[in-house]
Amino acid sequence: MIERWVVQGSTYAADIDGIIWLIAVLVGFWFLVAEGVFFWLIVKFRARDGQRAQYITGEEAKQKRFIAWPHYLVLVCDVFIVVGAVRVWVEVKQSLPSEAEAQRVRVISQQWAWSFVHPGADGKLESADDIRTVDELHIEVGQKYIYELESRDVLHSFSVPVFRLKQDAVPGRVITGWFEATVTGTYDIQCVEICGIGHGMMAARIVIESPEQHAAWIASHSAAQLAARTR
Amino acid sequence: MAEHATPHHAHEEHHEEGWVKKYLWSTDHKIICFQYMFTGMFMALIGGFFSYVFRMQTAFPGIEVPLYGMVSAAEYNGLITSHGTIMIFWVAMPVLVAAFGNYLIPLMIGCDDMVFPKINRLSYQVFFLSTVVLLSSFFVDGGPFGGAWTAYPPLSANAAWNNTPLGASLWVLAVALEFVAFLLGGINFITTAMNSRAPGMRYTDIPIVVWFIVIASMLFMSSVGPLIAGAVMLFMDQQVGTGFFDPARGGDPVLWQHLFWFFGHPEVYVVLLPAIGITAEIITVFSRKKLFAYRTVLFTAIATGVLSFTVWAHHQFIAGIDPRMAHIFTITTLLISVPIAEMMFVFIATLYGGSITLSTPMLWALAFVGEFLIGGVTGIFLGASGADIYFHDTYFVLAHFHYTFFPIAIIGTYAGVTYWFPKMFGRMMNDTLGKWHFWLTIIPFNFIFIPLFVLGAAGEHRRIYNYQNFPELSGEWFFALRELATVALIIMLLAQVIFFVNVYISLRSGKKAGKNPFRANTLEWQAESPPPHGNFAELPTVYRGPYEYSVPGRAEDYWPQNAPT
Repeated sequence: MIERWVVQGSTYAADIDGIIWLIAVLVGFWFLVAEGVFFWLIVKFRARDGQRAQYITGEEAKQKRFIAWPHYLVLVCDVFIVVGAVRVWVEVKQSLPSEAEAQRVRVISQQWAWSFVHPGADGKLESADDIRTVDELHIEVGQKYIYELESRDVLHSFSVPVFRLKQDAVPGRVITGWFEATVTGTYDIQCVEICGIGHGMMAARIVIESPEQHAAWIASHSAAQLAARTR
Repeated sequence: MAEHATPHHAHEEHHEEGWVKKYLWSTDHKIICFQYMFTGMFMALIGGFFSYVFRMQTAFPGIEVPLYGMVSAAEYNGLITSHGTIMIFWVAMPVLVAAFGNYLIPLMIGCDDMVFPKINRLSYQVFFLSTVVLLSSFFVDGGPFGGAWTAYPPLSANAAWNNTPLGASLWVLAVALEFVAFLLGGINFITTAMNSRAPGMRYTDIPIVVWFIVIASMLFMSSVGPLIAGAVMLFMDQQVGTGFFDPARGGDPVLWQHLFWFFGHPEVYVVLLPAIGITAEIITVFSRKKLFAYRTVLFTAIATGVLSFTVWAHHQFIAGIDPRMAHIFTITTLLISVPIAEMMFVFIATLYGGSITLSTPMLWALAFVGEFLIGGVTGIFLGASGADIYFHDTYFVLAHFHYTFFPIAIIGTYAGVTYWFPKMFGRMMNDTLGKWHFWLTIIPFNFIFIPLFVLGAAGEHRRIYNYQNFPELSGEWFFALRELATVALIIMLLAQVIFFVNVYISLRSGKKAGKNPFRANTLEWQAESPPPHGNFAELPTVYRGPYEYSVPGRAEDYWPQNAPT
């Protein structure tokens, strides 16, 4: 459903869309049944001359089952939804890829800009060839990343709709999570937690590149940065 | 009140009272209802106007908004924050809980007034003060607070970040004062309903709306403490320089979110329950049916109330809490869907076999059920942790809670006002104007928020001054949907004029209502319309439950609670 509007750009995007689809089917069905019965009753039992309403207490078991059965069914649907939601949640929020297979990037939020620290050619953060950018995150398609999310002032929230990824940034904490892109292209990064006057312009872009493009980007930036630093 | 006063009330009703004493300094629960209701409706006009201004900016960025002018980013944040704050704390709460609670509890349980009339008066006075404090924040340096109605620190705690040094503190102060007012009111509601019921009225003879307002008051009183503590801490962070929410000095900003939502989620049910109660009264009267399974309704409300204390962190799935906690709150949140769904089923079941008249109050009550169902089912998407990762802080959330709060605060209020208007003012409302008002509110309402569901599902996030800053959200159809929602909003706001015209005409020249124009069972309809100070000429005695409609073997299809067998 969501993929009609927003590209599925990460390994878990399809799973999140799947749970949304599951909920849509389950609650959509019951919603339509409930509204259907509701309108049918309104039409069927409109007041007519000389016809009295029935006296039904609803306290007898025979009558109560009309309420009881739907609510057992609601409970059953809830169980399916909980199981689906928990599985997706564990995958997205509760697991991290191993250091060996993942690269780290640092995402720093502040009023009202994003800055990103990419590992340079050595593939490690906290080294001389780190590449720092503002409002532009460069990553490689098919590569797992662990992000370290920080805030310098107030709450922000790091949202990449094509990844279906969202995580608040809390000052004083480093929050980690992961993603792996499956498509190339340039997409939006949003700040989705109100953070002051400039909240509405706290946009950034994520540039997802093929391995070759990404290597070229690192090479060009590392060289430029080293040159700038040794000047 | 020509006769001698009944032994039960030693009221000073034969005194000639001055206008001030009668309307501004009154201890009469009915006058206090009107004070709350008119203040709430006045605030609703302000909140509604704000929504018009910021929706114009969202749909037509940079436009000179008619009746307002250009909207700056700071003003935009102030407008959305004030809209949310006002609509929940200064409209839904005072109108649904305080106004209807004040009017209905003494009349429906058959007593002459609240047990603590002076505390009741004080409650409104504190509320009035809180209103003045909130409104004053629009006129101070830096303008009103603009950090959203949830006021998350550190943004709300430090003027260096929110740029509203006075507005933020006035906001906290106003909200805290307002809570004090409702605590005072709640004490009255609970005590009165427990102690002052008419002779013969057992717990299961109490009308559902009274029960629900009492349960709502209990929820409010048990949940508000932590938030008042939080408000004091926030105020001290702002003005004294403490660091409760400042991580640089050992504080924790997420603490506020727990305090806020521990209150904030039960608060949803605090305003929901009175609206459901009003719906129950109206649906039974206009379908001439006994409420289906009274005890089940009562127990589901209590279950909902208890469960509502265990769901708060579903607002914080992605806020940086331990991710394992999400599982617990997903389960509790989905569980709460069961009693709420059950209540909706009960209303639907009540219609079965009825004799339904689609009068204006009945249309509002049915619309409450039909629209609230949408709000209910869309909540499942947000309570399920895995799906919430995507939907959190999008317009899908906004559309979802407007599909709950609008039925509660607007549809529920109109249902109650159109139903009890004859009792309150002694005259019938005009049904034709009432229906025009109904349709011109309900149809545009859906045209406002269904597009916002779509926008939210397409990734539109909340509280954004100008979506042109986000390439993925600047497409043509995005703006077309925003414009559709905005135009529908303007139509809906304009339609409210019909309501005020109707009130004016009906007050002047409406048909005299008499005691019981809708042939209802509950006790308020056995009093004069409008009821005098002291309510009943003779305090009633109760012989049966409130919903004995269409009892077989009786000539009349209703059976007032106080009619001797």
